[in-house]
Amino acid sequence: MVEYVWLTIAFPLIGVLINLFFGRLLEDAFSKWFKRSEVTGFIGSVTVVLSFLVSFAIFLQALGIEHFSHQVKLWDWITIGDFHVAISFLVDPLSIIMLLVVTGVGSLIHIYAVGYMDHDEGSARFFTYLNLFVASMLVLVLSDNYAGLYVGWELVGVCSYLLIGFWFFKPSAADAGKKAFIVNRIGDFGFALGIFLIWSTFGTLDYMEVFHEVGASHGEFASVINWVTILLFVGAIGKSAQIPLYVWLPDAMEGPTPVSALIHAATMVTAGVYMIARNNVLFAMAPNVSLVIAFVGAITAFFAATMALVAFDLKRVLAYSTISQLGYMILAVGVGAYAAGIFHLFTHAFFKALLFMAAGSVMHAMKGVIDMRRLGGLKDKMPETYWTFLIGAAALSGFPLITAGFWSKDNILVKAFELQQPNQAFGIILYTIGIITALLTAFYTFRAVFMTFHGEPRDKNLYDHAHENRRVMTLPLWILAIFSIGAGFLGLPSKLGLPNWIEDGWLYSVMAESHEILEHAHHFAHIGFGLEIALLSISAVVALVGIFGAWHVYIRYPQIAVDTARYAGRFYQLVLDKYRVDELYDTWIIEPGKGLADILAKIVDMNFIDKTLVDGSANSVRGLGHIMAILQTGYIRNYVMVIFVGIVVMGVYFFLL
Amino acid sequence: MNQLGFPIISTLLAIPLIGALMLAAIPASEKRAIRVGALFITLIAFFASLPLYVSFTAGYGGFQFEESYPWIAQLNIMYHVGIDGISLFLVLLCTFLAVISVLCSWSAIQERTKEFMILILLMETAMLGVFVSLDLFLFYVFWEASLVPMALLIGQWGSQDRVYAAVKFFLYTFIASTLMLIGVVYVYIRTGHSDLGILLAGDWHFTNGEQWWLFLAFGLAFAVKVPLFPFHTWLPAAHVQAPTAGSVILAGVLLKMGVYGYLRITNVLFPAGFEAWAPFLSMLAVIGIIYGALVALAQEDVKSLVAYSSVAHMGFIVLGIFSGGFQGTSGAVMQMVNHGLSTGALFMMIGFLYERRHTRMMHDYGGIFAKVPIFGAYFLIAVFSSVGLPGLNGFVGEFVILVGTFKHNTFLAVIATFGIVLAAWYLLTAVREVMFGPLNPDNDGLTDLNFREISAATALTILFFVLGFFPNLIFDKVNPSVEQLPQIAQQQNVTIVMDR
Repeated sequence: MVEYVWLTIAFPLIGVLINLFFGRLLEDAFSKWFKRSEVTGFIGSVTVVLSFLVSFAIFLQALGIEHFSHQVKLWDWITIGDFHVAISFLVDPLSIIMLLVVTGVGSLIHIYAVGYMDHDEGSARFFTYLNLFVASMLVLVLSDNYAGLYVGWELVGVCSYLLIGFWFFKPSAADAGKKAFIVNRIGDFGFALGIFLIWSTFGTLDYMEVFHEVGASHGEFASVINWVTILLFVGAIGKSAQIPLYVWLPDAMEGPTPVSALIHAATMVTAGVYMIARNNVLFAMAPNVSLVIAFVGAITAFFAATMALVAFDLKRVLAYSTISQLGYMILAVGVGAYAAGIFHLFTHAFFKALLFMAAGSVMHAMKGVIDMRRLGGLKDKMPETYWTFLIGAAALSGFPLITAGFWSKDNILVKAFELQQPNQAFGIILYTIGIITALLTAFYTFRAVFMTFHGEPRDKNLYDHAHENRRVMTLPLWILAIFSIGAGFLGLPSKLGLPNWIEDGWLYSVMAESHEILEHAHHFAHIGFGLEIALLSISAVVALVGIFGAWHVYIRYPQIAVDTARYAGRFYQLVLDKYRVDELYDTWIIEPGKGLADILAKIVDMNFIDKTLVDGSANSVRGLGHIMAILQTGYIRNYVMVIFVGIVVMGVYFFLL
Repeated sequence: MNQLGFPIISTLLAIPLIGALMLAAIPASEKRAIRVGALFITLIAFFASLPLYVSFTAGYGGFQFEESYPWIAQLNIMYHVGIDGISLFLVLLCTFLAVISVLCSWSAIQERTKEFMILILLMETAMLGVFVSLDLFLFYVFWEASLVPMALLIGQWGSQDRVYAAVKFFLYTFIASTLMLIGVVYVYIRTGHSDLGILLAGDWHFTNGEQWWLFLAFGLAFAVKVPLFPFHTWLPAAHVQAPTAGSVILAGVLLKMGVYGYLRITNVLFPAGFEAWAPFLSMLAVIGIIYGALVALAQEDVKSLVAYSSVAHMGFIVLGIFSGGFQGTSGAVMQMVNHGLSTGALFMMIGFLYERRHTRMMHDYGGIFAKVPIFGAYFLIAVFSSVGLPGLNGFVGEFVILVGTFKHNTFLAVIATFGIVLAAWYLLTAVREVMFGPLNPDNDGLTDLNFREISAATALTILFFVLGFFPNLIFDKVNPSVEQLPQIAQQQNVTIVMDR
């Protein structure tokens, strides 16, 4: 089966071709019986489901095989001397888990979108883009080399650009798409340099060959590996929306909600985490860089959570939450807990996609309104949306024992706590930031739950209009809800004698080498049963306190929230304004950039180089030379023809001689 | 004579020329016949150029399909033509874009159609001549000959300031070219030969000083043609004023003549000159990348934006040749083709809009994607090709150039790589301004592409994808010839084919 892995990419591409060229025609042809989005959405969904089936078959094949790793080469792509890149895929436990997430969650979101996009004229274009995204994301996770990774990396960026700006006639959407692409390109700048450095050092871009060279080395690549990891991480900062390049992700909510769920929560934004996990050998050999990465992740997690506390737009709350959860994942891979990072990526894909889609369900029912100040009391009107949202919220908050988010987040926090190198104190600091952020997470998540679904309706008109959505939208929610609970049991804490299937079983072979390196360096302390129980208890209490706090503030004494906002005054406003980071970038980067461009264009180029130097020297020649003046009849064809004829005559004359 | 046993290159040179004579026989009022005729002739030339690709001996870096006859026998000057892997693709690019330029002038050129089409055909022969010439005098003659039709195309069928732009274009490049003529004459007097085959096979012991000066003489002419910063100011003027077909040919083919000149003449004949000048030219190239991108960002005229983007893109190509080693140089050859296709496509698409709305100002558009989705799709793809999106052609060339440059000159590669951020900035700004946002009511009557326009756009788009997915179609044939360049041969330890 594994040699057919390319089918997972081919199916969505077929969907792209059908919907691109025949989407509108088919929609028109079936318009008597089906809505537009049902026709093209059917094609889009079927292709992704097929892709999922292939992925699942590969998963079954790999299950139980130790060190499952296959390279499937399609064709030689670029060959110039010793630079050689093939279109070739690596199928191993890590790429399979990504395959399952992308095609599995992707299928559900495609199906959901059939219902969500049913009012939109542009559904053919929508599903074209969405299928293209799935294919691109699979290129990213399947490629067995850095060039292929970069290809996927750029392609998902373009799909993101197109989908954020899907409603291109809205200036805000068009601007957001452009911003996302350009900010990501800044990250890609570093990412590309990292890849160039890999090639000029190792003479290959194949993962396995690079890891092999690195593994066989004796420290001679230490400084190169530091640089490579830094540069690759710059790419991850852009793609996975970390400080300081996270600014594009909140704006990306301008795109349709299924896009937010698929691209800006479940899959694309986790590419940075995947990339670091894929390169775990390199990152494990760069402990100092890794520590920086861990701190960037932790600080991003905290910082984004504070913005989520005050946002009123439900989708933006989820967007900040995504940045924050990505921060956790980056923290995980930064401290060297690569499997934990992937595990959180895995569970987060379910519960965050669920939350976005449930929010989209609200938005769909509320005529596109998503401002929580106009929502409220929706739980009876939309029970299925409410219950599924609640399950997702519980998972995000880390509600103890029964949610996936609890286990995967705790896994990260424990690993941070265990960090010993270069100093135990760093581990404690990272853990502390993580646990405070967990408190904030539980609080803002249930703030959103209470503001949206509980209390009195704030906008009576909208409330009366609200209705539960169709089965095509709610069914995917329920499936994701099941996984938001169940997925956690794949990674239970092994220190309690429970099976951690994902870390000790499935992903073990991928991380074995880095595991060994870290063990050798005494990277982690190994805490005992008692401490593990204590940490779990702290996580549990923190989650419950956060949830209780939200209830206390937003249900029991709603006045508290209003008063706090007033007391906090300017600080509150600062957080509400997203710390004015966008404005900061505008003032210090965008505007000076445009100013420089203007100066170069109008003064340097037009005036100095062109008028003064070029025309100036031409004019001075004209002023001096009478011959030029005579020739200057004003009719260029006159003297141009003279020269042309001259050349031809000369040529013919010599030729005949 | 050659692997086809047929003087295919001379035939190829003759087709547009004979075609031009045939068009001259059609009455000027028969515009449709003239257009169809011109299309027919360019198509014949295009199909006649395909055997070059099909019968090309892969893995051989020397010249192929050679023809050599005495031209000015008593002076030892030859009519010597032939192609190698480098010129092969420029010839194909040229014949392909000639078809495109006829297609995009179909309804745009209503006045003096006959003269226009004749000039396009003359232009084609001249450009082809540059790429196939293997004699310095022959090269020079074609080089100058290509100047004339283009200056006339701009001066006669251009916009408001066409005469200024045409004069500027002509004088600037002509004056620079006279330096090349001095170089040609010097080489000829010094060696007694102008035949590239002979010049390459022999060792003429040019001193380092001679090489320095000769490189300068030729190199300046080429730098103006590329154009390399700071010799670029004729380009925006010419592009903005030129009719669409003029811009397509100018950006698509004419600019490549400069880079080709470096590859064919200076870098092989004067390797010591190359050593001396490469750092300086690389620096100019990198300045051009950043400078061109920033200036493009400040443009309000979309054609002028694309013109400045050419300065940046040509910077990548020159950088690849002078600092990129094997990968950079092969990448540069591919990027010449890519830039020809993608910038050609952009100029064509802008031309389609201009024909409908008679404005090039971005603020006159806005939101037209809703009105003209087919145009929009092709325009987006062309932009992505130009931005260097993987899967399309532009990515491969740019990536390989940067990989090669990084290995040989990390500092320049870092700055050049930053150019890709700026490229996204200015091109997506153009897309944002022209296509997205609310529909500007002035554009309400805008009609989408017709069959002819779709055909031209589709042909280009297919090539974007084919070359993006299978760039080895180019590299397989380019690499052996690039390996023959003295700078590369040294690094790669390959022996030079004497018969080049």
